Amino acid sequence: MSRSVEIEFRLNGVVRRAAVRADMSALAMLRDVLGLTGTKYGCGEGECGACTILVDGASLNACLLFAVDCDGREVTTIEGLANDPAAQRLQRAFAEHGAVQCGFCTPGMVLQAGRILARAGQPDRATIQRGLEGNLCRCTGYKKIIDAVEAAAKERAA
Amino acid sequence: MTVIERATLIGKRVPKMDAPEKASGKTRYIHDIDVSGQLWGKILRSARVHARIRRIDTSRAKALPGVHVVLTAADVPDQRPIGVNKDHPALKGDKVRCVRDEIAAVAADTEAIAQAALALIEVEYEDLPVIADPEAALAPGAPVINEKHADNVAMRFDYAHGDVAQGEAESDVVVEDSFKLHYVTHCCMGVSGVIAEFDASGNLLLHSNTQVPFLHKREFAEILGIDPGRIRIVQPPIGGGFGSKLDIYPFEIIAVYLARAARRPVKLVYTREEEFLASPTRQPVILRLRSGCRKDGSLTFRSVETLHDNGAYTSWGATTPFVMMQTFSSLYRVPHCKYHTTVAYTNNPYAGSFRGYGNLQATFAVESHMDKLAEAVGMDPLAFRLRNAQDPGEVTGQGMTFKSCGFKDCLRSAAERSGFLARHAEYRAAQGAGGRVKRGIGIASMLHVGGGACGTILKLDDFAHVTLMTGASEIGQGSETVLAQLVCEELGLPLSAVTVVNNDTDITPWDVGVHASRTTFIAGNSAIGAARKAKAKILAAAAKKTGVPEGELDLVGGFVVRAASGEAIVELAKLLRGLHFSDKAELVMTTHYYEPPSVHQDKGFKGDVSAAYAWATQVVEVEVDLDTGIVKMTKVTGAHDVGRVINRLGIEGQIEGGVVMGQGYALTENLVIEDGRVKNPSFRDYKLVTAPEIPEMDLAFIETMDGEGPQGAKGVGEAPAICIAAATANAICNATGVRIYELPFTPEKVYRALKGVAPKVAWRTRAAA
Ligand code: FES
Ligand code: FES
Repeated sequence: MSRSVEIEFRLNGVVRRAAVRADMSALAMLRDVLGLTGTKYGCGEGECGACTILVDGASLNACLLFAVDCDGREVTTIEGLANDPAAQRLQRAFAEHGAVQCGFCTPGMVLQAGRILARAGQPDRATIQRGLEGNLCRCTGYKKIIDAVEAAAKERAA
Repeated sequence: MTVIERATLIGKRVPKMDAPEKASGKTRYIHDIDVSGQLWGKILRSARVHARIRRIDTSRAKALPGVHVVLTAADVPDQRPIGVNKDHPALKGDKVRCVRDEIAAVAADTEAIAQAALALIEVEYEDLPVIADPEAALAPGAPVINEKHADNVAMRFDYAHGDVAQGEAESDVVVEDSFKLHYVTHCCMGVSGVIAEFDASGNLLLHSNTQVPFLHKREFAEILGIDPGRIRIVQPPIGGGFGSKLDIYPFEIIAVYLARAARRPVKLVYTREEEFLASPTRQPVILRLRSGCRKDGSLTFRSVETLHDNGAYTSWGATTPFVMMQTFSSLYRVPHCKYHTTVAYTNNPYAGSFRGYGNLQATFAVESHMDKLAEAVGMDPLAFRLRNAQDPGEVTGQGMTFKSCGFKDCLRSAAERSGFLARHAEYRAAQGAGGRVKRGIGIASMLHVGGGACGTILKLDDFAHVTLMTGASEIGQGSETVLAQLVCEELGLPLSAVTVVNNDTDITPWDVGVHASRTTFIAGNSAIGAARKAKAKILAAAAKKTGVPEGELDLVGGFVVRAASGEAIVELAKLLRGLHFSDKAELVMTTHYYEPPSVHQDKGFKGDVSAAYAWATQVVEVEVDLDTGIVKMTKVTGAHDVGRVINRLGIEGQIEGGVVMGQGYALTENLVIEDGRVKNPSFRDYKLVTAPEIPEMDLAFIETMDGEGPQGAKGVGEAPAICIAAATANAICNATGVRIYELPFTPEKVYRALKGVAPKVAWRTRAAA
């Protein structure tokens, strides 16, 4: 076993410390050390997007990020968006547009969709589709997820 | 007078009840649950494909700090084999037969320690010849894979109606081809996992994602030699099912063995790689089809032979012929039909059940031939299909009776919406013209069955809140919401007044599990039955209290009202409280068991197996790049006979998801297995369809209002994936003039076929050769 390293970072708005092994992924830290299970393990190798988190505002696959590399940074998980109006708008749109089935991909989709909307004010469908390319969903066929993101973008503009 | 407006939820776009929970990341899947005192389980799988185990030494693993238990087959001497053929011990002792084989298991304080312990287990193998091809497995003198089946035959099916020789004699045109269908796997986004714990009295609690909790309970009781009453299965929300959780698998039993030995709860969760290696696949099939018709386009006969690669053990994949034969015998009117299957043991991974259950494979072949026959007699593909399509009232050679049947409407609707005929003619005419990208359009249809029985318990509390206890688990498909809608409709309540409990065998009534697109139909009828009994009880009480005759009362918007005027008489909650506190206290709690009016098949596989049959037609449009072989699916038009739409949002989502799963089956997904080894156990190399690649989708619902269905509805869950590959094959042929008989349509395969350098699949059984 490799030795632990003490890191300090801002998680969902709150500064916190954690002792993590040098070889631990941010995903394992969030889930197993800090007990935040909204971030999902789908593949562990950057292929599915179920583990999407925001680090200093950019979306990343937590499974590819070392926990130690969170040191000094600002990390946001799905749990951290509970009071975020933009995220709530998206979550509502996901429910209303039938974008959730088993729901396993959904937290990652919501975070990624939030990034797409933050980057482009009024993304067209193709931009949304490209933005979601790294997030796999086995249930919905993506259409309703794209619909939801589009609707949230429109609602924001209105 | 207060008049209560009647509002219905049926046919509306109703968001799933659990969507907010899931979208906020609060839902706890099996991976997210930890129980106190829990250990982590890990499984050591075989390093060889087919070998004798000479020696296993676990001493170094046992000595690792943090390791509690290491088990091998020697530690569980009287294992009861599992699987459809009861040919599968959870821990393998003297022999391994495929790369999935579990030979040891560890329970340790952490996942990392358990993983480290696996590396310390020493195994000495003696290799045996590998049989990776079902044809080779059937050759005389082939090495035996499963000792109880010396001929390597796991199962055989023979079906016939009519006389195919006579049918052939009456034919003007006969075509014959071989088809080859590949391995794909479910790829549920949530990997497999289980938590097993025993209480101090030896009762077992399993947190499990099984789709068949009650069948599981019985199996576990037999495996452990304990009373089934001492087993409780709790199902946390599931990260995708699609049929994968329909069988009992070694990892679940191993977790129980570990928990029993360690006297601690054990959690065992797969990695994604393990999920690819060790979870079930769709049944691979080699198929030979011979079909004929008359000049007027009427089908004369169909003769089918298939060879199924069973893998090393027998799971549900081996039984897919049950469903396949329905498509061969009854999708179209075929006067003479014969079907023979051999399911052969090999050293490959075994297939399980997967959404569509053999029907994708059968439909692929049948619909390819429908196009070929149409072409041979000079009819367009639509007219040829309409000529042979089933009508309501038809009784097929296999004994199915189609009470409601919107097949012809599906054909017409999908063709019309997509402009099928004009495009088909146009693209065909353009085949010879220049240009790098060719467009094509193809059509295919499907028939699917549903069955089983289901119980419901329904209770109303003194605030008129309903708890619906059903054995029908929610696997993401939205059954919870549909069942709640049906109950609300009967009791005149809003959706928020219903809680559905469907995940605990100590509470829910017996059920055969979620499969065969059955939940809406069967569980829906069961829920309606319970709700109607509750309503009768409530109205009787209200009549007694108010003096208004029962027949003139109804339940609307949370009130007992006069049926004719909608005038509110008494608030439902108040009436219920009155019942609870009267001297003859009465609870409104009802049960209903629904058994559909279907019959079991006889020995010749004949009988009306389903109370209702689902129909669909899908039209697929593609662009084929002649220089690269890349096929792009541009549009799918689907027309589905769903009986009636209960939740439009839910049913669209089911169909869209199925279409894209079908797209993956047709174009991108391929679990490559070579010499028994899985070559691409990761999403990097196993390509799921991604968001930018989906086709435009246009869906139409044909509402045939099935007389037996809940509010007229039929099952739909499996239907949408079934015809996509078949329609794609027809579309590629329409675009290029080249027919491909093997899936998936990868750029390489298509390119070779276009260049005429792909060997055509040619397969014959030994007997026929
Ligand atoms: S778990 Fe990180 S991308 Fe799949
Ligand atoms: S909803 Fe199941 S994986 Fe996306």
